[in-house]
Amino acid sequence: MSQRPLSPHLGVYRFAHTMALSIAHRISGLALTLGIGTLVYWLMCAAASESAYERAVTLLSGWYFRVLLLAWLAAFCYHLINGLRHLCWDAGYGLEKLSARRSARLVIVLALASLLLLSYLFCCPYRSAL
Amino acid sequence: MSLRSPLGVALGSGTAGDGVNHWWSQRVSALALVPLTVWLLVSLVRLPLADYAAVTIWMGSGWNPVGLALTVLAACWHSRLGVQVVIEDYLHAPGFKLAALLCNSGAHVLLAASGLYAILRVALRGAA
Repeated sequence: MSQRPLSPHLGVYRFAHTMALSIAHRISGLALTLGIGTLVYWLMCAAASESAYERAVTLLSGWYFRVLLLAWLAAFCYHLINGLRHLCWDAGYGLEKLSARRSARLVIVLALASLLLLSYLFCCPYRSAL
Repeated sequence: MSLRSPLGVALGSGTAGDGVNHWWSQRVSALALVPLTVWLLVSLVRLPLADYAAVTIWMGSGWNPVGLALTVLAACWHSRLGVQVVIEDYLHAPGFKLAALLCNSGAHVLLAASGLYAILRVALRGAA
Protein backbone atom coordinates (compact mmCIF):
# COMPACT_ATOMS: atom_id res chain seq x y z
CA MET A 1 0.00 0.00 0.00
CA SER A 2 2.58 2.60 1.06
CA GLN A 3 4.71 1.82 -2.03
CA ARG A 4 2.06 2.96 -4.51
CA PRO A 5 3.00 6.01 -6.62
CA LEU A 6 1.59 9.35 -5.51
CA SER A 7 0.54 12.12 -7.84
CA PRO A 8 2.75 15.18 -7.27
CA HIS A 9 6.28 13.87 -7.91
CA LEU A 10 7.87 17.11 -9.05
CA GLY A 11 11.57 16.35 -8.85
CA VAL A 12 11.72 14.63 -12.25
CA TYR A 13 10.69 17.69 -14.29
CA ARG A 14 12.72 20.68 -15.49
CA PHE A 15 11.04 23.87 -14.31
CA ALA A 16 8.71 25.59 -16.76
CA HIS A 17 6.62 28.72 -16.09
CA THR A 18 3.42 26.71 -16.62
CA MET A 19 4.29 24.92 -13.34
CA ALA A 20 4.27 28.23 -11.48
CA LEU A 21 0.78 28.92 -12.86
CA SER A 22 -0.34 25.47 -11.77
CA ILE A 23 0.74 25.89 -8.15
CA ALA A 24 -0.53 29.48 -8.16
CA HIS A 25 -3.97 28.10 -9.11
CA ARG A 26 -3.95 26.00 -5.93
CA ILE A 27 -2.61 28.78 -3.72
CA SER A 28 -5.13 31.31 -5.06
CA GLY A 29 -7.90 28.74 -4.56
CA LEU A 30 -6.89 28.23 -0.92
CA ALA A 31 -6.75 32.01 -0.43
CA LEU A 32 -10.24 32.35 -1.91
CA THR A 33 -11.54 29.84 0.65
CA LEU A 34 -10.58 32.40 3.31
CA GLY A 35 -12.23 35.01 1.09
CA ILE A 36 -15.54 33.10 1.33
CA GLY A 37 -15.15 33.33 5.10
CA THR A 38 -14.92 37.11 4.84
CA LEU A 39 -17.91 37.24 2.47
CA VAL A 40 -19.99 35.23 4.97
CA TYR A 41 -18.78 37.45 7.84
CA TRP A 42 -19.94 40.51 5.86
CA LEU A 43 -23.35 38.86 5.20
CA MET A 44 -23.76 37.86 8.86
CA CYS A 45 -22.99 41.41 10.04
CA ALA A 46 -25.49 42.84 7.56
CA ALA A 47 -28.07 40.39 8.91
CA ALA A 48 -27.30 41.10 12.59
CA SER A 49 -27.79 44.86 13.00
CA GLU A 50 -26.77 48.27 11.74
CA SER A 51 -24.16 48.67 14.50
CA ALA A 52 -22.68 45.23 13.70
CA TYR A 53 -22.49 46.21 10.03
CA GLU A 54 -20.77 49.48 10.90
CA ARG A 55 -18.21 47.57 12.99
CA ALA A 56 -17.60 45.27 9.99
CA VAL A 57 -17.13 48.27 7.68
CA THR A 58 -14.63 49.79 10.15
CA LEU A 59 -12.73 46.49 10.36
CA LEU A 60 -12.76 45.80 6.60
CA SER A 61 -11.66 49.32 5.68
CA GLY A 62 -8.57 49.22 7.91
CA TRP A 63 -5.31 49.23 5.92
CA TYR A 64 -4.40 45.59 6.72
CA PHE A 65 -7.80 44.43 5.49
CA ARG A 66 -7.51 46.64 2.40
CA VAL A 67 -4.28 44.80 1.58
CA LEU A 68 -6.03 41.46 2.17
CA LEU A 69 -9.03 42.45 0.04
CA LEU A 70 -6.70 43.50 -2.77
CA ALA A 71 -4.90 40.12 -2.47
CA TRP A 72 -8.26 38.31 -2.63
CA LEU A 73 -9.25 40.36 -5.67
CA ALA A 74 -5.96 39.37 -7.34
CA ALA A 75 -6.49 35.71 -6.35
CA PHE A 76 -10.02 35.87 -7.75
CA CYS A 77 -9.00 37.40 -11.10
CA TYR A 78 -6.24 34.84 -11.52
CA HIS A 79 -8.26 31.81 -10.36
CA LEU A 80 -11.23 32.74 -12.56
CA ILE A 81 -9.20 33.24 -15.74
CA ASN A 82 -6.84 30.32 -15.16
CA GLY A 83 -9.90 28.25 -14.23
CA LEU A 84 -11.37 28.97 -17.69
CA ARG A 85 -8.04 27.74 -19.11
CA HIS A 86 -8.44 24.53 -17.08
CA LEU A 87 -12.00 24.09 -18.37
CA CYS A 88 -10.71 24.44 -21.95
CA TRP A 89 -8.14 21.70 -21.22
CA ASP A 90 -10.87 19.51 -19.73
CA ALA A 91 -12.85 19.96 -22.95
CA GLY A 92 -9.74 18.80 -24.84
CA TYR A 93 -8.47 22.12 -26.24
CA GLY A 94 -5.03 23.70 -25.88
CA LEU A 95 -3.25 20.76 -24.26
CA GLU A 96 -0.14 20.90 -26.49
CA LYS A 97 3.02 22.18 -24.85
CA LEU A 98 3.28 25.30 -27.01
CA SER A 99 -0.36 26.33 -26.70
CA ALA A 100 -0.27 25.72 -22.93
CA ARG A 101 2.73 28.08 -22.70
CA ARG A 102 1.01 30.66 -24.89
CA SER A 103 -2.24 30.50 -22.88
CA ALA A 104 -0.18 30.87 -19.68
CA ARG A 105 1.06 34.27 -20.86
CA LEU A 106 -2.47 35.23 -21.95
CA VAL A 107 -3.81 34.31 -18.48
CA ILE A 108 -1.22 36.52 -16.76
CA VAL A 109 -2.01 39.49 -19.02
CA LEU A 110 -5.80 39.11 -18.65
CA ALA A 111 -5.62 38.56 -14.88
CA LEU A 112 -3.47 41.69 -14.41
CA ALA A 113 -5.76 43.73 -16.67
CA SER A 114 -8.92 42.63 -14.83
CA LEU A 115 -7.25 43.21 -11.45
CA LEU A 116 -6.30 46.76 -12.47
CA LEU A 117 -9.79 47.44 -13.82
CA LEU A 118 -11.57 46.03 -10.72
CA SER A 119 -9.29 47.74 -8.21
CA TYR A 120 -9.77 51.01 -10.10
CA LEU A 121 -13.57 50.54 -10.04
CA PHE A 122 -13.55 49.74 -6.30
CA CYS A 123 -11.51 52.85 -5.50
CA CYS A 124 -13.14 55.18 -8.04
CA PRO A 125 -15.12 57.86 -6.13
CA TYR A 126 -17.95 57.90 -8.68
CA ARG A 127 -18.41 54.12 -8.71
CA SER A 128 -21.96 54.15 -7.27
CA ALA A 129 -23.07 56.25 -10.25
CA LEU A 130 -22.12 53.50 -12.73
CA MET B 1 1.21 -14.57 -15.53
CA SER B 2 -1.02 -14.40 -12.52
CA LEU B 3 -4.24 -16.36 -12.53
CA ARG B 4 -5.95 -13.61 -10.57
CA SER B 5 -8.41 -11.55 -12.60
CA PRO B 6 -7.71 -7.79 -13.01
CA LEU B 7 -10.74 -7.14 -10.81
CA GLY B 8 -9.35 -9.41 -8.10
CA VAL B 9 -6.04 -7.51 -8.17
CA ALA B 10 -7.72 -4.11 -8.03
CA LEU B 11 -10.21 -4.94 -5.28
CA GLY B 12 -9.16 -3.90 -1.82
CA SER B 13 -6.30 -1.65 -2.92
CA GLY B 14 -8.13 1.39 -1.73
CA THR B 15 -9.76 3.37 -4.52
CA ALA B 16 -11.88 6.32 -3.47
CA GLY B 17 -14.62 5.00 -5.76
CA ASP B 18 -16.08 8.39 -6.57
CA GLY B 19 -13.24 10.08 -8.46
CA VAL B 20 -15.25 10.80 -11.60
CA ASN B 21 -18.12 12.20 -9.61
CA HIS B 22 -15.72 14.50 -7.73
CA TRP B 23 -14.11 15.61 -10.99
CA TRP B 24 -17.43 16.46 -12.64
CA SER B 25 -18.77 18.16 -9.53
CA GLN B 26 -15.71 20.43 -9.41
CA ARG B 27 -16.07 21.39 -13.10
CA VAL B 28 -19.82 22.00 -12.97
CA SER B 29 -19.50 24.19 -9.86
CA ALA B 30 -16.62 26.04 -11.57
CA LEU B 31 -18.81 26.71 -14.59
CA ALA B 32 -21.67 27.95 -12.38
CA LEU B 33 -19.30 30.24 -10.47
CA VAL B 34 -18.17 32.07 -13.62
CA PRO B 35 -21.41 34.09 -14.09
CA LEU B 36 -22.27 34.09 -10.36
CA THR B 37 -19.00 35.60 -9.10
CA VAL B 38 -18.80 38.09 -11.97
CA TRP B 39 -22.35 39.20 -11.14
CA LEU B 40 -21.47 39.51 -7.43
CA LEU B 41 -18.33 41.56 -8.10
CA VAL B 42 -20.11 43.89 -10.54
CA SER B 43 -22.86 44.37 -7.93
CA LEU B 44 -20.31 45.05 -5.17
CA VAL B 45 -18.53 47.59 -7.36
CA ARG B 46 -21.81 49.44 -7.93
CA LEU B 47 -22.94 49.37 -4.27
CA PRO B 48 -22.00 52.07 -1.71
CA LEU B 49 -20.59 49.41 0.63
CA ALA B 50 -20.38 51.62 3.73
CA ASP B 51 -24.12 52.44 3.52
CA TYR B 52 -26.01 49.86 5.65
CA ALA B 53 -29.47 50.78 4.32
CA ALA B 54 -28.41 50.66 0.65
CA VAL B 55 -26.56 47.34 1.10
CA THR B 56 -29.40 45.57 2.94
CA ILE B 57 -32.03 46.89 0.50
CA TRP B 58 -29.91 45.52 -2.34
CA MET B 59 -29.48 42.16 -0.54
CA GLY B 60 -33.23 41.77 -0.15
CA SER B 61 -34.56 43.03 -3.45
CA GLY B 62 -35.62 41.13 -6.57
CA TRP B 63 -33.49 38.17 -7.55
CA ASN B 64 -30.49 39.35 -5.53
CA PRO B 65 -31.03 37.01 -2.53
CA VAL B 66 -31.38 34.07 -4.95
CA GLY B 67 -28.17 35.05 -6.71
CA LEU B 68 -26.36 35.53 -3.40
CA ALA B 69 -27.57 32.16 -2.07
CA LEU B 70 -26.50 30.36 -5.25
CA THR B 71 -23.11 32.10 -5.16
CA VAL B 72 -22.49 31.14 -1.52
CA LEU B 73 -23.61 27.54 -2.11
CA ALA B 74 -21.61 27.03 -5.31
CA ALA B 75 -18.53 28.74 -3.84
CA CYS B 76 -18.63 26.62 -0.66
CA TRP B 77 -19.13 23.42 -2.64
CA HIS B 78 -16.33 24.23 -5.12
CA SER B 79 -14.03 25.31 -2.30
CA ARG B 80 -14.72 22.16 -0.29
CA LEU B 81 -13.85 19.98 -3.29
CA GLY B 82 -10.68 21.96 -4.01
CA VAL B 83 -9.37 21.93 -0.45
CA GLN B 84 -10.17 18.20 -0.29
CA VAL B 85 -7.86 17.54 -3.26
CA VAL B 86 -5.09 19.60 -1.66
CA ILE B 87 -5.43 17.63 1.61
CA GLU B 88 -5.39 14.31 -0.26
CA ASP B 89 -2.27 15.33 -2.18
CA TYR B 90 -0.17 16.62 0.70
CA LEU B 91 -1.33 14.91 3.89
CA HIS B 92 -0.58 11.19 4.04
CA ALA B 93 -0.78 10.18 7.72
CA PRO B 94 -4.12 8.32 7.75
CA GLY B 95 -5.58 9.67 10.99
CA PHE B 96 -4.42 13.23 10.35
CA LYS B 97 -5.72 13.10 6.79
CA LEU B 98 -9.17 11.90 7.91
CA ALA B 99 -9.32 14.61 10.59
CA ALA B 100 -8.36 17.27 8.03
CA LEU B 101 -11.00 16.03 5.55
CA LEU B 102 -13.68 16.10 8.25
CA CYS B 103 -12.66 19.62 9.35
CA ASN B 104 -12.75 20.71 5.71
CA SER B 105 -16.29 19.42 5.19
CA GLY B 106 -17.48 20.76 8.53
CA ALA B 107 -16.01 24.23 7.99
CA HIS B 108 -17.60 24.52 4.55
CA VAL B 109 -21.01 23.32 5.77
CA LEU B 110 -20.77 25.93 8.53
CA LEU B 111 -19.88 28.66 5.99
CA ALA B 112 -22.73 27.68 3.65
CA ALA B 113 -25.31 27.47 6.45
CA SER B 114 -24.25 30.82 7.95
CA GLY B 115 -24.27 32.52 4.56
CA LEU B 116 -27.74 31.19 3.68
CA TYR B 117 -29.10 32.13 7.11
CA ALA B 118 -27.77 35.68 6.80
CA ILE B 119 -29.16 36.13 3.27
CA LEU B 120 -32.61 34.81 4.29
CA ARG B 121 -32.66 36.96 7.41
CA VAL B 122 -31.99 40.14 5.42
CA ALA B 123 -34.33 39.17 2.58
CA LEU B 124 -37.26 38.26 4.86
CA ARG B 125 -36.87 41.26 7.17
CA GLY B 126 -39.49 43.25 5.32
CA ALA B 127 -41.86 40.29 5.21
CA ALA B 128 -41.74 39.53 8.94
